[in-house]
Amino acid sequence: MIRLVGVAVAATVVFSGAALAAEGGKPPKIQDWSFQGLFGEFDNQELQRGYQVYQDVCAACHSLKYIAFRHLEGIGLNEEQIKALAATFQITDGPDEFGDSFERPGLPSDFFPSPFPNDEAARAANGGALPPDMSLIVPAFSPRWVPYEQRHHGADYVYSILTGYDEEPAADVELQAGLNYNPFFRGSQIGMPNPLFDDMVEYVDGTPATVSQMSRDVSAFLTWVSDPHATERKQLGFRVMIFLLFLTGIFYAVKRKVWADQH
Amino acid sequence: MTDQAHGEHGESRRDFLMLTAAAFSAVGVGYTVWPFISSMNPSQDVLALSSTEVDLSAIEVGQRVTVKWRGSPVFIDHRTPEQIADAEATALDDLPDPEPDSARVQKPEWLVVVGVCTHLGCIPVGQKPGEVTGEFGGWFCPCHGSVYDTSGRIRSGPAPTNLPVPEYTFLDDTTIRIG
Amino acid sequence: MSAGSPAAGKPGGFVNWVDSRLPVFSYLQKEYGEYPAPRNFNYWWNFGALAMFILVTMIATGLLLAMQYTANTEMAFDSVQRIMRDVNFGWLLRFLHMNGASFFFLVIYIHMGRGLYYGSYKAPRELLWMLGVVILLLMMATAFMGYVLPWGQLSFWGATVITNLFSAIPLVGDGIVTWLWGGFTVDNPTLNRFFTLHFLLPFLIVGVVVLHVIALHVHGSNNPLGIDPKGPQDTVPFHPYYTMKDSFGLCVFLLVYAGFVFFAPNWFGEPENFVPADPLVTPLEILPEWYFLPFFAILRSVPDILFIDAKLAGVLAMFGSIFVLFLLPWLDTSKVRSCRFRPTYKWFFWILVLDMILLGYVGGNQPDDLSPLGVRFIVLGQIGTLYYFFHFLILLPLLGKIERPRPLPASISEAVLPANRAGGGAPAGATAQRMEKAR
Repeated sequence: MIRLVGVAVAATVVFSGAALAAEGGKPPKIQDWSFQGLFGEFDNQELQRGYQVYQDVCAACHSLKYIAFRHLEGIGLNEEQIKALAATFQITDGPDEFGDSFERPGLPSDFFPSPFPNDEAARAANGGALPPDMSLIVPAFSPRWVPYEQRHHGADYVYSILTGYDEEPAADVELQAGLNYNPFFRGSQIGMPNPLFDDMVEYVDGTPATVSQMSRDVSAFLTWVSDPHATERKQLGFRVMIFLLFLTGIFYAVKRKVWADQH
Repeated sequence: MTDQAHGEHGESRRDFLMLTAAAFSAVGVGYTVWPFISSMNPSQDVLALSSTEVDLSAIEVGQRVTVKWRGSPVFIDHRTPEQIADAEATALDDLPDPEPDSARVQKPEWLVVVGVCTHLGCIPVGQKPGEVTGEFGGWFCPCHGSVYDTSGRIRSGPAPTNLPVPEYTFLDDTTIRIG
Repeated sequence: MSAGSPAAGKPGGFVNWVDSRLPVFSYLQKEYGEYPAPRNFNYWWNFGALAMFILVTMIATGLLLAMQYTANTEMAFDSVQRIMRDVNFGWLLRFLHMNGASFFFLVIYIHMGRGLYYGSYKAPRELLWMLGVVILLLMMATAFMGYVLPWGQLSFWGATVITNLFSAIPLVGDGIVTWLWGGFTVDNPTLNRFFTLHFLLPFLIVGVVVLHVIALHVHGSNNPLGIDPKGPQDTVPFHPYYTMKDSFGLCVFLLVYAGFVFFAPNWFGEPENFVPADPLVTPLEILPEWYFLPFFAILRSVPDILFIDAKLAGVLAMFGSIFVLFLLPWLDTSKVRSCRFRPTYKWFFWILVLDMILLGYVGGNQPDDLSPLGVRFIVLGQIGTLYYFFHFLILLPLLGKIERPRPLPASISEAVLPANRAGGGAPAGATAQRMEKAR
């Protein structure tokens, strides 16, 4: 039994090469994240700072279309804060009784407004490159079947991209017009110009807003965005595992007892 | 199942273990079934949309409007003084589901009720000018002839209870939030 | 234990009333209570029950997911996100379903491996085995169509690539592909019909599983020794012996399954499928789920053969690799079932397992890339494919004639019970007495 399970595990680990090869670019800088591991949980302060970075910087181009204001309860905002926050946004609604769309203050049930009305407008405003929606960017860059030493989390990738603009391209690299050098991006040339500069946002909690701090915070926030039930899932998981261990023990005893007269 | 050859003691211990296992399995199945059932309850996005704000300032005295709330029509009636008087004067003994008008309104001139007949879920008529309102000046359900008065209370017909009053609050003099 | 016996439990009033009109209770008692199972099953015999459990889990979670899912190209991806974020326990249902698919295949492959190792496909169980292969085919179709539903990049491109296989059929191929799509590419009509079929096929699987179990219970289960039970001393009643053993196995399985669902739910998934389907951009790498990789490797390994071009040859080889399993009961000419008594075949069994792993490894890589063994993956794939067919078409028929099996034990009880007990007669007698009572 153990032999075959071992073989199966080995087999799946081996099927890795492809995913890694397709990634391209320099391996991401691997960070310690509070949410990793079996007991890992999100740090609400970090998530709230990350939201601030997203809102002040990223939201100018990147949508977050699967997140509604009410979801922010998950990063530790209370109902009043969410209501107040939502009301600072103008949401296009409609049609009204004359058939026109109109603007109204946001409600907790509203989803984050997108910076552009559609993909075409987004491309036109960004030199032909589409700024992707950020809702699932972290898992989209979390390869799973890679050799252990190269395994990184999607958050490491986002962090590396955001802090990866400080390197100079090698002499033989010819930058295409409108692209920027970033060794962590596939092909090393990225449409997005360096988005973060020191002290670009003023953190509510007074944390110094260095590029690396902001990158960390927004990477953590985007991880939460992609998997908002992670903490709940792990907590439920522990209860389920303990129960199952217990049940396994009981059934083992039953099985032993039942078979006792047959051996 | 009792087998004398194996002794009472071994048998009872085995039965006890099997019962324990069965009981814990049942608990496990119970806890597993809950998320499955719960998934069919209103989801978070549905719950978030469960309140509606209505601007009352455009509704004339004597006018009735219908707004949609949680997928059902809510009747808002800007009642005339006569309608209010009618509703308040009705003796509780005349009502199949006795309830004073004062318990059904927050401000007497505004009646807010869910416009779904309590019999079998049809929508009563009487909202638009010229529609049948029944002999008590309220609403009339065309499906099986239930008649409601100007307080939305059942007066005759098969419906068992009054039209329900949804939870609502006056945000200011001319705006209410239902739900 | 004859078919006509009344419910052997305590005759309760209601139970008797129902049973005399619709003998469900005596059926259950006969097929799952008294059913005489060989006393020497090892834990490999747990996997059939596990597969049954997963099938039920998949149908239950799938049914509830279907209540929340929208089969429309504009809304499919968003509706899955709504399930993951807003539906109560939607994330749990989806993770159970996603990981359930992988575990279903894992369990079925082990179940089949057990059948291969212990010769469970040999007479008189040929139809039992063939029904199992039908279940495998239905599972593959169901899994493939289910993978399309979230409408991510790999959903879309996987559907495009796999449906395009049918274009390899001469003359009518293109017409068939258009018919499958209901359009000129994979699009809304395709998604809709895949959803419909993904919902239907599991119930067909249930039907075939019923036939599979009926066929099993005609001649009874095979066992690690591969010899038929000679009498009551060789068997035990299914309940409580195997119900309890299976329950224990199920608990162990659940620990592993829950571990993935709660702590590594995307481990089997592909990052690319978090990107919504885009018909204008193909991902750099289109890989099927891990359980299809060996067959994917066979598909890509075959070159032009005579007048058949590589595309058609690949498709034929891939379907042939499963079709050959239907013939297995007649390809294996050995009279001995269990590998325990087939010293040579035993080795070839493990070589076949390694071959499948090799093919899976090849399937997960680009054919033209260099493998760690210093040759291109396509070469490895060709070797693996050749060996696969060699094993079934040449080795098995010959080996049965040449191999000298080890002597078979006289009976199961003689082989598995300690000598003093089996010889002494008293405990075996007690068992026999027990069986008499059960009747």
